[in-house]
Amino acid sequence: MEDKVTALVEELRGKFPFIEVNEQKTVIVPVDKLLEFMQELKDNYALDFLTNLTAVDYPEENKFEVVYNINSIVKGYSLMVKTSVSREKPELPSVFPIWGGANWQERKVYDLMGIVFTGHPNLKRILLDPNFEGHPLRKDFQWEGGRE
Amino acid sequence: MLRTQEYFLNFGPQHPSTHGVFQIILTLDGERIVKAEPVCGYLHRGIEKLAESRTYTQVIPYTDRMDYLAAMLQNLGYVQAVEKLMGIEVPERAEYLRIISGELSRLASHLLATGVYALDIGAFTGFLICFRERERVMDLLEELTGSRMTLSYARIGGVADDAPEGWLDKVKQLMDAMPDYIAEYNGLITGNEIFQARTKFVGQLKPETAINYSLSGPVLRASGVNYDLRKVRPYGIYDRFDFEVPLGENGDCFDRFYCRVREMQQSVRIIQQAIEQIKEVGGPVQAKVPKVLKPPKGDVYHEIESAKGIIGYYVVSDGSNKPYRVHVRRPSFINLGYLDEMLRGYLIADVVAILGSIDIVLGEVDC
Repeated sequence: MEDKVTALVEELRGKFPFIEVNEQKTVIVPVDKLLEFMQELKDNYALDFLTNLTAVDYPEENKFEVVYNINSIVKGYSLMVKTSVSREKPELPSVFPIWGGANWQERKVYDLMGIVFTGHPNLKRILLDPNFEGHPLRKDFQWEGGRE
Repeated sequence: MLRTQEYFLNFGPQHPSTHGVFQIILTLDGERIVKAEPVCGYLHRGIEKLAESRTYTQVIPYTDRMDYLAAMLQNLGYVQAVEKLMGIEVPERAEYLRIISGELSRLASHLLATGVYALDIGAFTGFLICFRERERVMDLLEELTGSRMTLSYARIGGVADDAPEGWLDKVKQLMDAMPDYIAEYNGLITGNEIFQARTKFVGQLKPETAINYSLSGPVLRASGVNYDLRKVRPYGIYDRFDFEVPLGENGDCFDRFYCRVREMQQSVRIIQQAIEQIKEVGGPVQAKVPKVLKPPKGDVYHEIESAKGIIGYYVVSDGSNKPYRVHVRRPSFINLGYLDEMLRGYLIADVVAILGSIDIVLGEVDC
């Protein structure tokens, strides 16, 4: 399975000059090429199952990292793709048109992290109350008993 | 011409058939469902945020409280993710105990799902019969871990303790009896004509839709997609066991239900093999790990096959003794995401049948 991922990542690197690959074989894509790259993954590399979509806040680097884990049902391998958006304007295109599974996962990231997915059909809070203020998974969210 | 008017109906949040606190706002045209809006979050405790202020070991009990019906599998996903991050090797005997307790958890969860589904459809006896065996599984888990639901049995690098004297024999006894019990459920529930009329060709799901919407577990496999992580990417020592992946044909409520029943048979097979093999394996049940766990900087995503589907843990470490970020891919949450489209066009009476067939746990949906 490891070899398959290595081969896949090498092929992707040759085909898309704009991507970076780190030592864990995670693909890092600039946000403006995200949709084009994701569509390619689904159409030509059988990565048809968006298993996980999440985001991490890095205030020191002034960015949110959005993480996508995509599986291939037929080929069995899995790929991690990351992209970053700035904390001032956390906006990126929704992958809902490519994988329907992004629907609730993007809503959850929007709810708890405050990242806006443009083009999402129904982007509103999912776990918290609609009147809740702030996005709790951000590192600067103040709460009692939090990490110092 | 006769005009009909659409109207709203609140299903839940306080309704026994939602299996917890969960609301669906139904838009109805007569008895037909035009639109369904699921509302979740009533049980949201912010486990992902809480995990950031706990040490790596302290996160384990929180994972219990997501899918509390199969707690061992939740523990297992988390500890394996941290082990992957730190490169820890788990002792053989611990791996076997993880398999046995994990499959017992799956069995308990499927027994509950089967019994409660019968209850949802209106068959009370089926519910009681399934709970009879589930109680015995719970007793076994209690003897092993000291707790019925919130097991917290897995540890980073192994398991909490070795099995007590004679425990494996008791497990074997129950497993040997299980096939007869499962035949009893089939006679009582699966073969029941009313049950079949209520569930066959209801809530049908095409395989390509199920894949597109990231549905997993029995919901995905009932549509005929052969995707079980225990087979596709065997984690732990799952490659040592001989078992099959039950698949459905029509992707309807009945197939989802029946997939779970057949998965119980496979879990029994796995446990029986594990009990045979563990006899030869002695030694410690806990690897040597430092008292204070400080994984190297970096991140890891690890997913395993839980009772409800794929549970995945994304753990980010900044080199300190507390995780920088823990994200959980919860199968119940993602499986619910397609509920609206699944319900459209069916009758009110089918809502309970379709929702029950997805088998959700609200602790996991809301996290």
